[in-house]
Amino acid sequence: MAQITGVLSKFYTDYLTKTPKKLKAIDAYLVYVLLTGIIQFIYCILVGTFPFNSFLSGFTSTVSCFVLGVCLRLQVNPENKNQFYGISPERGFADFIFAHAILHLVVMNFIG
Amino acid sequence: MSQAGTKKGAVSKLNRNAAINSLIICVVLLLAWVAGFASRLFAVIRFESIIHEFDPWFNYRATAYMVKHGFYNFLNWFDERAWYPLGRIVGGTVYPGLMITSGSIHYILHLLNINVHIRDICVFLAPIFSGLTAISTYLLTRELWSSGAGLFAACFIAIVPGYISRSVAGSYDNEGIAIFALQFTYFLWIKSVKTGSVFWAVAASLSYFYMVSAWGGYVFIINLIPLHVFVLLLMGRYSNRLFTSYTTFYILGLVMSMQIPFVGFQPIRTSEHMAAAGVFALLFAVAVLKYLQSMMSKSEFKFLVIWGGSLAAGLVFATVVALTYAGYIAPWSGRFYSLWDTGYAKIHIPIIASVSEHQPTTWFSFFFDLHVLIATFPAGLWYCIKHVNDERVFVILYALSAVYFAGVMVRLMLTLTPVVCMLSGIAFSILLELYLREEDSGPSEIEGDESTQGGKRLYDKAGKAPKIKHEQVKEQDPIGPNIRSIAAVVLVLLLMLFVVHCTWVTSNAYSSPSIVLASYGSDGTRQILDDFREAYFWLSQNTADDARVMSWWDYGYQIAGMANRTTLVDNNTWNNSHIALVGKAMSSNESAAYEIMTALDVDYVLVIFGGVIGYSGDDINKFLWMVRIAEGEHPKDIRESDYFTEQGEFRIDAEGSQILLNCLMYKLSYYKFGELRLDYRSPAGFDRTRNAVIGNKDINLTYLEEAYTSEHWLVRIYRVKKPDEFNRPRIPVANRVIKSSSFISKKNSKRKKGLIKNKPVVIKGKRSQ
Repeated sequence: MAQITGVLSKFYTDYLTKTPKKLKAIDAYLVYVLLTGIIQFIYCILVGTFPFNSFLSGFTSTVSCFVLGVCLRLQVNPENKNQFYGISPERGFADFIFAHAILHLVVMNFIG
Repeated sequence: MSQAGTKKGAVSKLNRNAAINSLIICVVLLLAWVAGFASRLFAVIRFESIIHEFDPWFNYRATAYMVKHGFYNFLNWFDERAWYPLGRIVGGTVYPGLMITSGSIHYILHLLNINVHIRDICVFLAPIFSGLTAISTYLLTRELWSSGAGLFAACFIAIVPGYISRSVAGSYDNEGIAIFALQFTYFLWIKSVKTGSVFWAVAASLSYFYMVSAWGGYVFIINLIPLHVFVLLLMGRYSNRLFTSYTTFYILGLVMSMQIPFVGFQPIRTSEHMAAAGVFALLFAVAVLKYLQSMMSKSEFKFLVIWGGSLAAGLVFATVVALTYAGYIAPWSGRFYSLWDTGYAKIHIPIIASVSEHQPTTWFSFFFDLHVLIATFPAGLWYCIKHVNDERVFVILYALSAVYFAGVMVRLMLTLTPVVCMLSGIAFSILLELYLREEDSGPSEIEGDESTQGGKRLYDKAGKAPKIKHEQVKEQDPIGPNIRSIAAVVLVLLLMLFVVHCTWVTSNAYSSPSIVLASYGSDGTRQILDDFREAYFWLSQNTADDARVMSWWDYGYQIAGMANRTTLVDNNTWNNSHIALVGKAMSSNESAAYEIMTALDVDYVLVIFGGVIGYSGDDINKFLWMVRIAEGEHPKDIRESDYFTEQGEFRIDAEGSQILLNCLMYKLSYYKFGELRLDYRSPAGFDRTRNAVIGNKDINLTYLEEAYTSEHWLVRIYRVKKPDEFNRPRIPVANRVIKSSSFISKKNSKRKKGLIKNKPVVIKGKRSQ
């Protein structure tokens, strides 16, 4: 147990020092989206999922935002530059916007 | 044209090489498109521009409805002419991709003032899409191997019979556009795995959306891609590219696939889709672990990965199982279950087993549909395994799963065909690269030789061979020049045989519209048997508009499409018990059948009878399936064993069982057939399909009467009598005595109704005074 807490505290300090500011901003966004998702999940447990398509579109849009945010983070991260050959951070952001445009068109249609 | 390109390329080398390559590629793809389109036109040239078979008739009817009434009315269409008295909600029970595709083509052409009838668009849609399939196959194979292999694959898929069987002109079915969508989705998926780009993943999910809207086979994609990801994970080939492409594809594909009304909430409710969700969760877990790994040292991390990973996988699996048992997720549906347990359908769902295209594939049809490709594709597979990388893992899995499925069902041969073409393309490309490498005379010789033969399959390779030669360092090969040329010639011969075989199969086996039959006399003259349309036209002209026609479900779509009459059951076999009721009516005796028919308001009964011309797909040959399906729902009334002889044979002659000889289907098929003598050699009542003299020659019908029999007796239509018609003799109108003149009413004058005093008498030819 002590080992785990030690690992976690080391992880935390590493994160604070090593991660660039851009990524921290994305991380904040991700945490926000995650919280939204958790709230929706609690809502569906407490209240129910009555207009099922509306609930589903809300929840999937949260999950998708999270996924796309993570993708953006991976592509922007300078450590991954060799893995994403030919994808600059700007390109990654453009893709992010494009995916969001499509996603929200579909979600609007689905929300009923 | 490609030859000219090659010669010019020899003059100036490096600069123009790329341009010439792309010119060759374009020309070859264009020629593949044209060849594929042309070889699908046999049916149109021999017969006419007509919709084929059964399901296409419904698709055509629905498309015509959509074009006439608009898209939203189509989505809300309740078809009261099908499944009488239940009706069918068409918009919610159909994959609308096909109708939307041809409807939008129709719309665009009409915007440009090109007046094309919607039927012609429907007829030619599948051949046009075959060209698109060829192009997307080229793109996919290029991503997997090289563009030379891609060109081979494109040419193969353009003419391979396994695909032509579902995409000849007039076969207006979902598969025609779905194979294009399938290949294109796979191409975009491979592209996104290679680059890790969100853009390509979104494009893949859009293409997947099109596939979902077009064909139920989209389940194949949504299981194969997760399988690919899963195997890559197992092989330790996780990368961030994989994460971005799969998660984006999955979540967008999920929400898009739920936009199709017919699919609805299935992607989150049924087991078929759960593998994809599980892999999604797993990938997330792996990504988190990898991230932690990058932040921590190795030793701290090792136990975390092992425990965390197995815990997460177990948790996901347990959740899926628990949700299935709790009823949130539907277990595997019967159709999918029958893919794993091949005997399942036969025992539990006779209606699935009764369809001929759901039978297991014979080895013969593998060769028939794929010819030389079936022999060469293991070579391509072997090369892929030998030089494995992320995207080749995909094609390996694709090949293995498709081979399995094609073995289970004839129909799924269609999913095997593209991958066989791709892998054979790879194999041929490698072989020709090997054998044409050093020979300068070889390629040009083949080029000239081929162009006179008219096959387009080889130019690309031949044109490309010199280029490869430049790139490679000349090394001493153990293969001598003689062996090289022999091997090259043999390969070319094989390919030419393949082309010949494809054309032969297409023209002989797959180009029959099946609603117009052709028979050939001994001197080669062709006789067209147009009985189906003749009978359907009779129905549409001579029956009441709301007349209800009972037939076996195979003909439901055709009756609705051509005769425009209400049917009881049709090829959308969604209600098994309704079909079983019709099967029961067909297999019981006349009076029991009459009860069912009056309960269902049947006006006409239509049977297909092939005994006169020897047509084997008629109702008597399908009869045992009717009995089985009826038995499944009404085991007390119908027993399959009653219809066999004591030796367990199904015989229609005098030795057949009495129940069979007196059931409705038998009577309707052979009514008055006992008097018919087809030729001098055979006795009266000789059934040509089953080569037997029928057992019950004097058939009398009490409750039905013959309404129409087509020219070759192929379609026979009977009218169901009303209750007042059969329980007393019918008096002709002329003999009826009307007693009104001598009738004296006992009612008093006040209560008299409808009586005119001093009624003027009209006498013909006399003037009134």
